Amino acid sequence: MVMEIVCPAGTPASLRAAVKAGAHTVYCGYADETNARNFPGLNFDRAEMRDGIAFAHANGAKVLVAINTYPRAGAEAIWHRAVADAETAGTDAVILADPGLLDHAAKHHPGLRRHLSVQAAAANADIINFYAQAFGVKRVVLPRVLSVPEIATINAETEVETEVFVFGGLCVMAEGRCSLSSYATGLSPNMNGVCSPASHVEYHEDSGALNARLGGYTIHQVGQGEPAPYPTLCKGCFSTGDKTGHLFADPVSLNAEHLIPQLAKAGVTALKIEGRQRSRAYVAEVVRNFRAAVDALEAGQPMPEGMLARLSEGQATTAGAYKKTWR
Amino acid sequence: MQLTVGPNVFFWTPERWSALYDTLADSPVDRVVLGELVCSKRLPFYQAQIPGAISTLLAAGKQVALTSLALVTLKRERKMTAELAELGATVEINDLTALTYLPDGMEFFVGPLINVYNEGTLAWLASRGATRVCLPPELPLASVKTLAAAARDLGVAVEVWGHGRLPLAISGRCYHARLHGRSKDNCQFACEQDPDGLEVHTMDGQPFLAMNGVQTLSESYACSAYQVETLSRIGIDAVRLSPQATGFSDLCRVYRQLFDGTLDAAAAVDEIRRINPSAHLSDGFLTGDRGADWSGRLVPS
Repeated sequence: MVMEIVCPAGTPASLRAAVKAGAHTVYCGYADETNARNFPGLNFDRAEMRDGIAFAHANGAKVLVAINTYPRAGAEAIWHRAVADAETAGTDAVILADPGLLDHAAKHHPGLRRHLSVQAAAANADIINFYAQAFGVKRVVLPRVLSVPEIATINAETEVETEVFVFGGLCVMAEGRCSLSSYATGLSPNMNGVCSPASHVEYHEDSGALNARLGGYTIHQVGQGEPAPYPTLCKGCFSTGDKTGHLFADPVSLNAEHLIPQLAKAGVTALKIEGRQRSRAYVAEVVRNFRAAVDALEAGQPMPEGMLARLSEGQATTAGAYKKTWR
Repeated sequence: MQLTVGPNVFFWTPERWSALYDTLADSPVDRVVLGELVCSKRLPFYQAQIPGAISTLLAAGKQVALTSLALVTLKRERKMTAELAELGATVEINDLTALTYLPDGMEFFVGPLINVYNEGTLAWLASRGATRVCLPPELPLASVKTLAAAARDLGVAVEVWGHGRLPLAISGRCYHARLHGRSKDNCQFACEQDPDGLEVHTMDGQPFLAMNGVQTLSESYACSAYQVETLSRIGIDAVRLSPQATGFSDLCRVYRQLFDGTLDAAAAVDEIRRINPSAHLSDGFLTGDRGADWSGRLVPS
């Protein structure tokens, strides 16, 4: 079976562009703290979600609704309502991370298909099978800490479908288990659906150098005229002892296009593209290229070469943890 | 209010490791969680000493639990996690994977690296046998309060991160190895040189984080001295102290005196500063705008 391309949509226009460009599946979220890309101007209201799902279905594509932050104590009703509304809107599945919310969905929306978000960081077959048994999870989005052989091992030991990230932003930390952002800014992926938020970024010029700060911490310094990267915490520049540099992760993005045949052989069901914050033109181009690649693979044709390099952040890409040396 | 000592997150020599638990047997703490949380490669160096440490602590009247790893991926790690339940002590899960190996109905503790953010997850864990939960350090006091009330109805004891460098992230990548130009598989145990983690500074030279192998900690030491009174009032059962290389038993004594009322919060903070003069303190996750903030005073609540 051809590998499924799962594509981000931050707006209804992106959703339509992705579907037209050949996405098998689109994922999106409501415009509130229930999803892990809770950025200003992004995401869907209730009517937009209903219309977007209807459009996708009319064109043979599926829609997944990400409700993948951790519900706030005392306010779980907001997350429960999101799950109920997604079901009413006709979503093909919800993407959840919180065990309490999974339990709620399994009990109150048994007919609604449940996927496990990458934010749950389920990194081995035992816990994946446990989520399947406890909450009826049908698919897991694997954390970006696994190598291709480890993914193959997981698939050999579970019936749950696996979905892996192949393109876009790359977390170096286990997702859903990182509070670097709330330590520095008070806002976190788990609680607020944001990481290294733009509201806490400032650029400051000092004797010929441009400093990028997040929450007052200077984590990038470039000379005048050089491009200043966005100060994402784990990709910042730091020093310890006599060493200065990207001590945690280089400011690169993920591109695993060359690994598509290996991922197929490892038993992966779906390839996920990161970037609900991206423009519809970007989304459409990435989708077209990945769709061409999986179609070529299915037809036994060679993979298209180097198709996406110019779309990557800062032009530098990595195969990330899929190659074991990354660790 | 009780005192729980969390697992030592650093890679110490076997001698230093054993000395910690010998000292804790004579310290005014109620509960000790031990074992390897951060990196499965470290465990063989002190594994043989764990049963002895457990016996010593039990003989001294302490409650004892064994932690799971924080991130279980490899076959070896799955096996190691599955075997935890067979050792006879209560298991503290710090990756939900550990839960999958516990026999049905066996009681367990939930550590601070499990995402317990709301009542639904708390109730689900209680239904599986959780009797004690140390909440994620990131939670603000308002959430702690709501969860403490829910836990009371469920019969679950609740702990809060009380003191020590904050566990901010865990990764598949080893930063100590990366710093030395090595891969994780060939790390040569670079983390052993930093018994309190390796401090990481911003480009301005501001202390910010501390690396500890695959774990990233805060450079600041979280300190709940100014919140203890509130925590006690809202029904928190224990605060958790995270082992550090210097003055840890003195630190335990200071918190005990704070609970007993023989020290007030400001005096306790003075004592804590005496134990570790260069340490920066923070309590922002509980009562500040962000985790790194330090109130420096009692915050009305």
